[in-house]
Amino acid sequence: MSDIEIIQDKCVGCGACLSSCPYGAISLHDNLAVIDDDKCTLCGACVASCGFEAILLRKDQVEKADLSDFKGVWVFAEQKSGQVQSVSYELMGEGRKLADALGVDLSAVIMGHNIDQACQELVWRGADKVYAVSDPALEQFCDEPYAAIMADLIKEYKPEIVLGGATTIGRALIPRVAIKARTGLTADCTALAIDEERRILLQTRPAFGGNIMATIICPNHRPQMATVRHKVMKEAACDKSRQGEIIKKAYGQSMLTTRTMVAQVVEEAANAIKLTEADIIVSGGRGMKAPENFRLVEELAKAVGGAVGASRAAVDAGWIPYSHQVGQTGKTVAPKLYIACGISGAIQHLVGMQSSDCIIAVNKDPEAPIFKVASYGIVGDLFEVLPALTKKLQETCGSK
Amino acid sequence: MNIAVCIKQVPDTTDVRIDPATNTLIREGVPSIINPFDMYAIEEALRLREKLGGKVTVISMGPPQVTEALKEAVSMGVDDAILLSDRAFAGADTWATSYTLSMGIRKMGGADVILCGKQAIDGDTAQVGPGVAEFLDIPQVTYVKKIEEIDDKRARVWRMTEEGYEVVETSLPAMFTVVKEINEPRLPSLKGKMKAKSFQPTVWKAADVGADEKNIGLNGSPTNVVKIFTPPVRSGGVVLQGDINEAVEKVVNGLKEQQII
Ligand SMILES: Cc1cc2nc3c(=O)[nH]c(=O)nc-3n(C[C@H](O)[C@H](O)[C@H](O)COP(=O)(O)OP(=O)(O)OC[C@H]3O[C@@H](n4cnc5c(N)ncnc54)[C@H](O)[C@@H]3O)c2cc1C
Ligand SMILES: Nc1ncnc2c1ncn2[C@@H]1O[C@H](COP(=O)(O)O)[C@@H](O)[C@H]1O
Repeated sequence: MSDIEIIQDKCVGCGACLSSCPYGAISLHDNLAVIDDDKCTLCGACVASCGFEAILLRKDQVEKADLSDFKGVWVFAEQKSGQVQSVSYELMGEGRKLADALGVDLSAVIMGHNIDQACQELVWRGADKVYAVSDPALEQFCDEPYAAIMADLIKEYKPEIVLGGATTIGRALIPRVAIKARTGLTADCTALAIDEERRILLQTRPAFGGNIMATIICPNHRPQMATVRHKVMKEAACDKSRQGEIIKKAYGQSMLTTRTMVAQVVEEAANAIKLTEADIIVSGGRGMKAPENFRLVEELAKAVGGAVGASRAAVDAGWIPYSHQVGQTGKTVAPKLYIACGISGAIQHLVGMQSSDCIIAVNKDPEAPIFKVASYGIVGDLFEVLPALTKKLQETCGSK
Repeated sequence: MNIAVCIKQVPDTTDVRIDPATNTLIREGVPSIINPFDMYAIEEALRLREKLGGKVTVISMGPPQVTEALKEAVSMGVDDAILLSDRAFAGADTWATSYTLSMGIRKMGGADVILCGKQAIDGDTAQVGPGVAEFLDIPQVTYVKKIEEIDDKRARVWRMTEEGYEVVETSLPAMFTVVKEINEPRLPSLKGKMKAKSFQPTVWKAADVGADEKNIGLNGSPTNVVKIFTPPVRSGGVVLQGDINEAVEKVVNGLKEQQII
């Protein structure tokens, strides 16, 4: 059985591990760290925090599969109505870097129906190979056949890395595939890199609501799998002179059977500017005070051709639908310009928007944490600031 | 109908703060709670029982202190609670957690409906629900915001998507992971609180559920955490106080200079 131990000769009682433990499982007794077995989850956070190599996390030797058979980087390409989703192009951009660092091919996997054009697009976006499975039964995403086919392709072609989007589809599909492939999966990564010496994937992601970051590896199993949120990576450029191989695969009925069926698709946000695609976003929070005041946010958004976002407090109050929520449990956005109105800047909101190029914050509380990330902060009553800002921007943008 | 709900005890991350001096987590006094999304799963299970009859069992993998979370679920009205607790389960990633929970559910005799929260707020992975479904070889619908129709063989539910929602039909048994739009969790009743006071969950160890030790805990987990650090903070820019028109003027000029507008 695996276990964790404090090496008493090395522990100096500095207490660094105490604050690193997310579970409060370590305390100091007679100047030595002591781990409470009932609370410890063997997460390893303390091991990394100890400057004296006094904490030993022992993992039993597991049988190691032969990893050398696994080669290449794969991207699961998500399509809707035959259109490759932009999150998949972002993964192609990132996948290319990883493949180049390893000196291997980048491939895309796509399932759907009538997807020839999508396959071509994937080649233009950097795929050396595209594994394409076209069948009327796969036109729409369906958990079971998609998972069965993806796992089968992995078994046949043995990629060393598989990436997918942390979307509704990706978060349903990729975990099932990882279980079938008996391998690790790291969710919602914000950074990926290759440790060139060991040829392994370093997967960095936020945890505990964005309060800490963790780097995770999958050393003894292949493929190494990760999902990445939309708008975290940059899209691969489209190069129409690129050449690639398209490998068409077909599967029989046994792989295509499903116990779930989509009876109806309802689009709610179809006409609005898509939040995750917008270059400019204006968001309102609890400071807006009432649903009718969102008009001020909408007018400002209109003046600059932007989309409307919101904090969870505004969504929870029922002022605006959930599809507008930005943050940890909403959407991640990275527009050129993000304007936060009456939003305090809780960590759960910040993780969803802090990689925006430019952030403007309007808040009457000079101590609001949002000002810590804002490129421009305006301390003032938003009911005065927003109309003034809207007017000024209308003049400026209108006169262009 | 037999309904199982997987619940996780988590630190309340809204209370987690970073100590600016040492850049580490201040955890003192951070309470442990039932993962908020799992509260919706418990509530939905209770509503299904009210409609269709049957039994609701909550199941959790974790250290002995998770008993508190299970008692809270009992005070809300669930019938029974199972705690999968064994030192050998510690260090589990989502692969090993899914395996262990699925073994516990098998030992329970399975369930017609299994409910999970959309994700846990400590890890935010949203992987355990689909993982359990895969191990049990049952269909799944994630991000469920409404159970429109259900009988003992089939269900018709709404799955939330980026653009809106999809109406999905599935056979049972099935796994649903739920979002907060699905309901409003009830408060514990007085009767429930009385029952919870003396309630003790059934505790199963690895051997009790027949779990293969190669698949549990740290040993069974393909992923390892190699580094934990506090995120680099984005540095702020200018904060403008005083005359609003002047401030607005400055900001708009700045945006023009940077060619953002
Ligand atoms: C598991 C979990 C997940 C979460 N996920 C998210 C998420 O995805 N997205 C998210 O946003 N939050 C999320 N939260 C909630 C988050 O912790 C905060 O509660 C939330 O972001 C607060 O929203 P707010 O800033 O609008 O409200 P508040 O924190 O109440 O801030 C309102 C601000 O408005 C200012 N204000 C008031 N009146 C005026 C005025 N007239 N003029 C100018 N300023 C004014 C106030 O000074 C204040 O700073 C999550 C929390 C948890 C526990
Ligand atoms: N240790 C656990 N015990 C019981 N249920 C769990 C556990 N971990 C995760 N879950 C369930 O799986 C869901 C998703 O968790 P996660 O994949 O960690 O985000 C949670 O909302 C719970 O319903």
